[in-house]
Amino acid sequence: MINFTQQAGFGLRRRKRAEARFQWAGRGAILISLAFLVVMFVSIIRDGAGVVWQSQIAVTVELSADEVDPENIGDASFNSILKEALREAFPEVDSRKEKKRLYGLVSSEAAFEIERQIRDNPALLGGMQTLWVTASDDADLYISGQVDTELPEKQRRVSDAEIAMLDQLLADGMAREAFNRGFFTSGDSREPEIAGILSSLAGSALTLLVCFVLSFPLGIGAAIYLEEFAPKNRMSDLIEVNINNLAAVPSIVFGLLGLSIFLGTMGLPRSTPLVGGMVLALMTLPTIIIASRAALRSVPPSFKEAALALGATPVQAVFHHVLPVAMPGMLTGAIVGMAQALGETAPLLMIGMVAFIVDVPTSILEPATALPVQIFLWADAPERAFTEKTAAAIIVLLTFLILMNLIAILLRRKLETRF
Amino acid sequence: MEQSFIEARGANVHYGEKQALFDINLDIEEKRVTALIGPSGCGKSTFLRAINRMNDLIPICRFDGSLQIAGQEVYDPAVDVVALRAQVGMVFQKPNPFPKSIFENVAYGLKIHGMTSSKTEMADRVEWSLKSAGLWDEVADRLEQPGNSLSGGQQQRLCIARTVAVEPKVILMDEPCSALDPIATAKVEDLIDSLRKDFTIVIVTHSMQQAARISQRTAFFHLGKLIEVGDTSDVFTNPREEQTQNYITGRIG
Amino acid sequence: MPDGTLIITRSGRSRWRDSLIVAVMAAAAGVAILVTLGIVMSLVFETILFLKKIPISNFLFGLEWSPQTAIRSDQVGAEGSFGVLPLINGTLLISAIAMAVATPLGLTSAIYLSEYASKRARDWVKPALEILAGIPTVVYGFFAALTVAPFIRMTGGQFGFEVASESALAAGLVMGIMIVPLISSLSDDVINAVPQSLRDASLGMGATQSETIRRVVMPAALPGIAGSLLLATSRAIGETMIVLMAAGLAAKLSLNPLDAVTTITVQIVALLTGDQEFDSAKTLSAFALGLLLFILTLIMNVIALRIVKKYREQYD
Repeated sequence: MINFTQQAGFGLRRRKRAEARFQWAGRGAILISLAFLVVMFVSIIRDGAGVVWQSQIAVTVELSADEVDPENIGDASFNSILKEALREAFPEVDSRKEKKRLYGLVSSEAAFEIERQIRDNPALLGGMQTLWVTASDDADLYISGQVDTELPEKQRRVSDAEIAMLDQLLADGMAREAFNRGFFTSGDSREPEIAGILSSLAGSALTLLVCFVLSFPLGIGAAIYLEEFAPKNRMSDLIEVNINNLAAVPSIVFGLLGLSIFLGTMGLPRSTPLVGGMVLALMTLPTIIIASRAALRSVPPSFKEAALALGATPVQAVFHHVLPVAMPGMLTGAIVGMAQALGETAPLLMIGMVAFIVDVPTSILEPATALPVQIFLWADAPERAFTEKTAAAIIVLLTFLILMNLIAILLRRKLETRF
Repeated sequence: MEQSFIEARGANVHYGEKQALFDINLDIEEKRVTALIGPSGCGKSTFLRAINRMNDLIPICRFDGSLQIAGQEVYDPAVDVVALRAQVGMVFQKPNPFPKSIFENVAYGLKIHGMTSSKTEMADRVEWSLKSAGLWDEVADRLEQPGNSLSGGQQQRLCIARTVAVEPKVILMDEPCSALDPIATAKVEDLIDSLRKDFTIVIVTHSMQQAARISQRTAFFHLGKLIEVGDTSDVFTNPREEQTQNYITGRIG
Repeated sequence: MPDGTLIITRSGRSRWRDSLIVAVMAAAAGVAILVTLGIVMSLVFETILFLKKIPISNFLFGLEWSPQTAIRSDQVGAEGSFGVLPLINGTLLISAIAMAVATPLGLTSAIYLSEYASKRARDWVKPALEILAGIPTVVYGFFAALTVAPFIRMTGGQFGFEVASESALAAGLVMGIMIVPLISSLSDDVINAVPQSLRDASLGMGATQSETIRRVVMPAALPGIAGSLLLATSRAIGETMIVLMAAGLAAKLSLNPLDAVTTITVQIVALLTGDQEFDSAKTLSAFALGLLLFILTLIMNVIALRIVKKYREQYD
């Protein structure tokens, strides 16, 4: 007798269970990958969010004419003025060791900060003034609540004596957390509490500029030639295979090329955005060529044929009628390529863009570093406070990448709705 | 007249908003060849694929009405398509052997349904299936070669052997000869005729000559409606409907 | 608008201009070849200099890697040892771990997305997976070194395993996740290229969907999938930042995933950052490693691209 239900035999029960297991394996695989993504993002955001706030300590400094000559601010010893003020605040501190701890509560840059505030506002001169300076990285950890006071003293970065002083400052309203502008407006530093990303951001911008100026015209030119004009011969095939293979060459090999040819043979200046941009341009070239060719191919041939029928030369037909239509697609490819280049680290290490750069580079011939390299350098630094900076720099990098990809997606949408 | 084996009553099929079959009432008799004919887009393939629920693979496809095989409602919620298709096999337009050896192609259904308990039983069953499909003499010495190393006609007979192996009650064929040359077509037609004694066969064909040659019953579809069904000889020599007349004389389609 | 005669008189000049434009664009396409030539020449040239100092058999078959910078040129063992096998060992160990993670995850994701997921689910999940591919490797490196490695060390410790703080496992795991979208999108293309008629044939015989996938679709897609796995492996071998940040510098012959090992790429960076003399064996060895890496990945890519292309033609 015929039976079409699950009771029909054929091992159906077992097979249905196997089917369900198989589907769950698929969902599981996707879930694991996405869960990893979420965990990574959450952990980085948690590590880096603290950078928004920067601990500051108020010091009451003596700025009388005896200490600071209004005509000659640079001659004053702001370091001793600062130390004096700290001793005043904690008169009970007397041993050398204790004093060292006291001075360590503020950043080693604090004296410069006082000087800068006075230069910005000379009216401060003439008496006692309470000024806010940046706290040291360890003090910052405590003020922002990242020190576990339950731990034995030896296992934490901040000693009991320091905690006592910081507690007093907090109770007196002489310690606070303020918005950390410095992270976005200053360059790298050996001191984590004042290290910022501006220099590396500028380095990345200059490098990408060079990369774009070189790779975009080259990529588009190559794509137009290969798609519209190249004869179908072995040379074109060779170029084709070449481009596909270049896209899969490890990035570090491009770095070696830059080191050997751009720095060695051509003698271009080491560590500069010029060389970095050149190396990244070679890397992004295949991406741009492949995307641009796809964009050209998506233009209906009738556009070109119509122009040719009107007596345009093939070059005119392509430049006047095909290229404008393909342009958004090409730009999308270029943006995706630039996003890749922005995240690239290894080849820049090869050409020396790992230097310690404090000043913001203003030309492509000055030594510079790039944002991902800065992340690599900070990730390697031993100070605990650099972890926060690293994570924050990663957030900035990812934000730029998301923005670039968003623009690319929007461009693509616009392109899709047109046909 | 024999008792009907497959019964469609008020069967409608929709693809999204578009209706492809309108109120089909059709009886198909056991162990006979029934040909479904009609111009392309008339719904004959849709009806065929409704019988073993291959249309379920198209998400927007919807069936309502009744379709029974041996008294069992095919679209009953308790029906399992795996069990259904194990008993209602299908042969497709283009030969589509699996990228496996000839032996493995035929053994496929036996393996997934766990139909044999030993290697020798499996080998016997494969041999029997290939013999039923008239392919044994041509491939007996090269069972380990890939299925797609065969010629087009041999491939299609391999696909039939593959379907026959699990001994279904019904074999559905969707224009099985449309991709074959005349000699290969003749062999497949002979095969269909010989399979009639063991299986109920429903075949969709665009060739009226083929329908006339191999089928005992013929159903004519036009624009999603069943126009006429009857003994093949009657339909071709003495159609009741004018539309059928027009089609077989070549005025439509 | 010029009349007909005018166009004819100007055509000579405009034709000349047109061919100039085409020539410039052809030159741009030629840059692709120049880049390959540049890579090969720079690597080969420096490698020849290196092999003049260190015999090729010592390089290829040596079991010890400890490049030294000579303090005095007559120093004993001034050149150090340049046996590449420990580096290949480390590279392959980490890549193997990465592929062991990425292959099942990437393949099953691809299968689920192409065979089961609704269009809506696919539209959301695919871009989400692509995010993994867009994250810079330096970010993975940071996460591997800061979060994953200590986690593995801690977990291993609880079960009584001795885990190095820069274990191959941590780097390999994270690299594996990075490669998942590469495998899943390549395999997705390959699986979609398997003709629907094969699926119909199997389903039409009463196979379940998973039986159809396992027994018909996957065997049919196998060559293409092999190609995409090969491409992914080549990617893993050439990856630098994750291993630089999460794997060690110690060159060791070990197959234990809990050990710290080093890779070809890590050594290239280590040899070339910081102070360097341009023609010491130490500096030159980086280019020899680079050439090795280039040849290795090139061979894999060429084979993979060829397999994938052939496979596409088979079903076109």
